[in-house]
Amino acid sequence: MAEIKKDLVIIGGGPAGLSAAVSAAGEGVKDLLIIERDVRLGGILNQCIHNGFGLHTFKEELTGPEYADRYIKMAEKEQIPYMLDTMVIDLSYDEASGEKIVTAMNKTEGLFTVRARAVILAMGCRERPRGALNIPGFRPSGIYSAGTAQYYTNMEGKLPGKRVVILGSGDIGLIMARRMTFEGAKVLCVAELQPYSGGLKRNIVQCLDDFGIPLLLSHTVVDIKGDRRVEGVTIAEVDENKKPIPGTEKYYECDTLLLSCGLIPENELTGKLGAKMNPVTGGAFVNESLETDIPGVYACGNVLHVHDLVDYVSGEATTAGKNAADHILGKTVSGDDGVIINVKPESGVRYSVPSVIRPAFMPDTLTVRFRVGNEYRDKNLTVSLDGVQLMKLPKRVMAPGEMEQIVLVKSKVYEIISGKDIREHELIIRVEDKE
Amino acid sequence: METRELTCIRCPIGCHITVELENGEVKSITGNSCPRGGEYAASEVTHPERIVTSLVTLTGGERPVVPVKTAGTVPKEKMMDVVRALGEVTVPAPVSIGDVIAEDIAGTNVPVIATANVSAR
Repeated sequence: MAEIKKDLVIIGGGPAGLSAAVSAAGEGVKDLLIIERDVRLGGILNQCIHNGFGLHTFKEELTGPEYADRYIKMAEKEQIPYMLDTMVIDLSYDEASGEKIVTAMNKTEGLFTVRARAVILAMGCRERPRGALNIPGFRPSGIYSAGTAQYYTNMEGKLPGKRVVILGSGDIGLIMARRMTFEGAKVLCVAELQPYSGGLKRNIVQCLDDFGIPLLLSHTVVDIKGDRRVEGVTIAEVDENKKPIPGTEKYYECDTLLLSCGLIPENELTGKLGAKMNPVTGGAFVNESLETDIPGVYACGNVLHVHDLVDYVSGEATTAGKNAADHILGKTVSGDDGVIINVKPESGVRYSVPSVIRPAFMPDTLTVRFRVGNEYRDKNLTVSLDGVQLMKLPKRVMAPGEMEQIVLVKSKVYEIISGKDIREHELIIRVEDKE
Repeated sequence: METRELTCIRCPIGCHITVELENGEVKSITGNSCPRGGEYAASEVTHPERIVTSLVTLTGGERPVVPVKTAGTVPKEKMMDVVRALGEVTVPAPVSIGDVIAEDIAGTNVPVIATANVSAR
């Protein structure tokens, strides 16, 4: 089995992997490699032909392939090597040498390994499948995840069906409601189990309201009819415990059911590596440098936690790329003094990235990203460190579908922790009622 | 008097805005919490516009279709006309981002451009 050595291997050539690679190369890492399993770079952006990407990064509205092309061009300019049609099948850590061992295969090289000083995990996420949703009924053809239907429609030019019901109001499902309407299909409704939508407001307006497609909140599919092909689905309203309410069932004749019920970070490799995982996000636990608990292994983008905007993925990946470069080039500014701040999401805040901060390694300002677990109106978002309130931000609306962030200032953090004889501090982020 | 209910899409708050119209003229806008919401609602009820993204058929390419978008906004009520007109368009591969696919789509006076690079087979 062939073995090569690299300073940096980036697993995944989608938006996260491309941004991370461009950033690391810009910092001076030249011996790097992107490994991508698809036949082209760009990842999921290639099939996201709608617009709305890049408003933050490029101050213009691009489609997915155009956004990807901007980063592909940057990667080409930096002459970053990449392998396509190549699958990473194992990832391990050699503690003695500190090297990460990436095992991959493709048609031309066969099975090979790369020993890397640093690895950036940028594998993205996948859709929650039907098997994870416990929908009763038959198992005919015509049931697709929204992203699969998007691939068939936008990449293969094949329409998956003509009369469509969508379960789940995730953004891909909303986008596909419009896409399939454009291609001549009839989208009957979008049913959402939760009392709020999981998608962005602009998608509800421009993909459903524009076409008169009803969004049924607190509704779910209770039966699928059809032997060989879907013939129809039964939708019922659910109570506050998400139990279908008898008597509210309504039958919809359709040939297709799309599922848009959440995304799961794709972390099989991270699991094989033995990195500590966060059960809430499905991604690895990372510190302020977006480094997992395996030294020199970084994570960014949807493999770390599911993002709502690709712009945030690019931003996070740029940080991961820089930090990996610092690790490789020995540019880490200060030594580890062993002091840590545990970030604790509480009262309505589901998780945070990072989950631990080493203040010695903090940049001047550090962005902490998180999501809330419910729809909140007119609440305060509070941040406190060792019981001292750092922030109290009034929030008009917070929703699970939209990622939130706070920015910690290093000097303010040190004002509170310095001089104390404790090594573990506690930063608490909470949603609180207004007095 | 005609009343229109909208969800503002200018920011994540998503205000529910009510617009009252008389003979197509805006009489009042309520429910918005900032001036941007008012602007959105006024334009949305008088002349709503959208960028349209879709596909056209590609011959001789590594893929059978290529994604496209209108180079500017088109009136919202013309969206389906644009999409239907694009359904009749076939272009030969290769295609690059920014290539003009149609000069004036469905009488909107707006060109349609390619949004992906697709090489020839």
